[in-house]
Amino acid sequence: MLELHLPWLELAILTPLVGVVVSLFNKNAEQTRLVAIVFSGLSLAMGIGAWEDFNTLKVFEAHDRWDLVEPLFGPDVVVIDEFNAPLLALTSLMFFLTPLATLRTKIKRFPFRMNLISQFLMLSTLACRGPWIIISLMGLQTLPIVWELRTRGKSSRGFVIHMGLFLVLLIGGWSMIDLEDPSHEHSIAAIMLLTLAILIRSGCAPMHCWMTDLFEKASLGSSLLFVSPMIGAYAAVRLLLPVAPDWAMRIVALASLFTAVYSAGMALVQTESRRFFCYLILSNASLVLVGLEVVTPIGLTGALSTWIAVCLSLSGFGLTLRAIESRVGRLSLNDYHGLYSQMPLLATFFLLTGVATVGFPGTVGFAGIELIVEGAVEVYPYVGMAVVIATALNGIAIMRVYFRLFTGTIYQSSFCMEARWPERVGILVLSALIIGGGIWPQPGVKSRFHAAKEIMSRRETHTQAETDKHATLSAIPDDDMIAPTKREQASHTLTVE
Amino acid sequence: MDLLYQILGITTVASPLVLLAVLGIPCLFSRPFSEQMIARTVYFCVWIGLFASVGILATMLISGDRHVPIELGHWIDLPEQHFHFHLKFVFDRLSVPFAILTFVLCGTIGAFTSRYLHREPGYVRFYIAFSLFMAGMIFASLAGTIEVLFFGWELVGISSALLIAFFHERRNPVRNGFMAWCVYRIADAAFLIAAVLMHHLTGAGDFELLMGQGAWPEGVATITHSQALLVGLLLVVAAAGKSALVPFSGWLPRAMEGPTSSSAIFYGALSVHLGAFLLLRISPILELSMWLSGTVVVLGLLTAIFATITGRAQSDIKTSLAYASLTQVGIIVVEIGLGLRYIALIHIVGHALMRTLQLLRAPSLLYDYHVLENAIDGHLPASGSRIGSLVPERWKQWCYLFAMERGFLDELLSRFIVRPFVRCFRCFDALERKWTNFLSGDSSRESDDVTTQPEIIEELKV
Repeated sequence: MLELHLPWLELAILTPLVGVVVSLFNKNAEQTRLVAIVFSGLSLAMGIGAWEDFNTLKVFEAHDRWDLVEPLFGPDVVVIDEFNAPLLALTSLMFFLTPLATLRTKIKRFPFRMNLISQFLMLSTLACRGPWIIISLMGLQTLPIVWELRTRGKSSRGFVIHMGLFLVLLIGGWSMIDLEDPSHEHSIAAIMLLTLAILIRSGCAPMHCWMTDLFEKASLGSSLLFVSPMIGAYAAVRLLLPVAPDWAMRIVALASLFTAVYSAGMALVQTESRRFFCYLILSNASLVLVGLEVVTPIGLTGALSTWIAVCLSLSGFGLTLRAIESRVGRLSLNDYHGLYSQMPLLATFFLLTGVATVGFPGTVGFAGIELIVEGAVEVYPYVGMAVVIATALNGIAIMRVYFRLFTGTIYQSSFCMEARWPERVGILVLSALIIGGGIWPQPGVKSRFHAAKEIMSRRETHTQAETDKHATLSAIPDDDMIAPTKREQASHTLTVE
Repeated sequence: MDLLYQILGITTVASPLVLLAVLGIPCLFSRPFSEQMIARTVYFCVWIGLFASVGILATMLISGDRHVPIELGHWIDLPEQHFHFHLKFVFDRLSVPFAILTFVLCGTIGAFTSRYLHREPGYVRFYIAFSLFMAGMIFASLAGTIEVLFFGWELVGISSALLIAFFHERRNPVRNGFMAWCVYRIADAAFLIAAVLMHHLTGAGDFELLMGQGAWPEGVATITHSQALLVGLLLVVAAAGKSALVPFSGWLPRAMEGPTSSSAIFYGALSVHLGAFLLLRISPILELSMWLSGTVVVLGLLTAIFATITGRAQSDIKTSLAYASLTQVGIIVVEIGLGLRYIALIHIVGHALMRTLQLLRAPSLLYDYHVLENAIDGHLPASGSRIGSLVPERWKQWCYLFAMERGFLDELLSRFIVRPFVRCFRCFDALERKWTNFLSGDSSRESDDVTTQPEIIEELKV
């Protein structure tokens, strides 16, 4: 495996941790915020550096030049490849923009230090390839959220039950896979445990209630940062996709398709903005899963493209909502608020990011959604149309909320409620990425296609290796006691393929 | 000659995009242009676009070319998967008149609005939506692939919803804008499914592959009858949504809540004809299936009859004109269904010009009527046909009720689609509440405590 020119990855991952240490010396909330912004910004710079460095190598994967964690965890634990390279930069961007866009009045409520820890855990998860390390990190990611809920005096039971179940299933499933003979097809029980775990973490209905509960009780920033990097989908690619047979993928795809439509419908009837946002994220994350699990190059390319688009646009959408909430409190959707006159820039950005999430032409989401529809229809000619229904419903829901928040009356205030300069920075950066990616989608789609091909080829290699072994076993004479079972398994594998 | 076509074609397509960028980017920095600067930019871009499109028409007439494709390469290209979005524009007998019509009417409306909305708080907002609309119309008119057409189609949709809700400090315009948006999204969903089906049938969204190589209207579709019926029906749903054909007619009179200038350009002139334009573009598909053509004719007839009955009972001038427009659109759709393509095209152009004039004249006409009535000290004599006197009284009453309720279309859609949908999902929401309460061991929804209006931070709030 080739090496990057510098240890960008480890620097990107460890910088937030250094930030945590530095922030321990600060008693002042304002200083802690500053530390969080500086170190998450540095981490973002390292993440972009890693991506750029990786691009110059023209390979599918690479690792850091001086692998600092190698003595601890073994070789090639922290790896950058075409799949995770943009995700690392994107996640860092979200973790940078969130504290940056936090108003001074809210700095005592927002857990900046925990935010840095979460960033460290998220980036570590995205950069690691070892299954057990990923599983451990996914477990650790839940702790800052539980801490926040407890600190706020909220019930964390719903969240803990779901995440506990997710971890138990994930650990159980992967333990079985580890214990099973890799030359055989994995047992149904192991695959089912893994599949269920992924469905819970991704919030597939009816196992999604932890997500709505989280948005109700935690701060909007923390909820956004926990959910929008789509770690459930990441686990699906790293853990499930290489080992799962087609039937398991279909279960996830159909469950996700159902969730996408269900959540879109739920988003339409919500009476409060945070819950609406939660269902919007859920619906879009489910669409990404649909694309991933149809396991065609087109579908996978669409899913990976939509992943980035959704991360960008929903982060922008969430930050806008957070900015509005910071000014006027939580927002009911039962009435009109008429905030446009007070914050036209935020209103415009709300609309831009909103339509980008539903793949509006000219925005970054368009190519991805088109490809997902294409991929889904290819595999499920009729059911795949549900993707279009989900996006249509999401589009209606977004416009409804836009009208409810920004129009219908005049909200008068004698002071300026428009975006402050740090918020403007965020808005301009995200707008440029959303519109730029929409006008010139080819580089992004091409890079995602390469990643999709590699993911497909790994999956095929894995399946092919199994098939070859079964073919060899089928040559064993009939009087061998083990042979009939092996032959049955081989024939099953071939049928599934 | 090719280079000339290329330059003129790109200029035609680029001018509305440049306008959008020039007006939109300063707003992102909260530094919008002055009114005068906006008006000048609009005039400049519209003139450039108009000159280029007329230039291309002149060149085509001189050279005798009837079909000029302008290839801008692949927008998205995955050659290994044979998947590509082709950025292609076509100048032919259908698209060129439509593009010129767009520039002429947008220029007229642009000039009218610079005075009509002078010193209005939403002046900049109007022109941004207007430039979005113009870009959408030009893209849709000149589209050589279904993806480009979809691109333009969506831009027209969102700008339309925003302009209906232009006076957004009042609730009614906002509600009406939202309703139009809902219908558009349904139409867009049908359109997107049709686009995906086209990709599957022909491997690309290129109209030439689907409708043969011949210049419009002489192309011959290359798909089977059943495929034509499926794709065609989806596109008919899309067209019905955009052109407010039955049963989606409810949004059109509501759309008149917007400023007169946007009403004129959208619902009298361009946007309302976009569905008919789509049907003209896919007319080789219509020819393949008798059932499809029949559906289009019936849809057009129903729309024309519905609109003419309903329009007679409307009490305000813009709504009456909206229904008058719809009647004509219905007739145009019938013409398309019957295969009278050139007649339909001429009808569209003529109707768009006349209706724009009528709608722009509407506010001052009412003023003039008042002046005349003051002068003669009484009402002006009633005009109109005497056919009504031949209709039995009971029928008249029923027709009046039908017209006043606008064909009960809104009520039907609401009762059989919207309300069951909302009720169903509210039921799911209630179930989720119980489940999360059970898991949390307490009331799980803080959002229940959120007040309808945000916290009053000042007494100035209205």
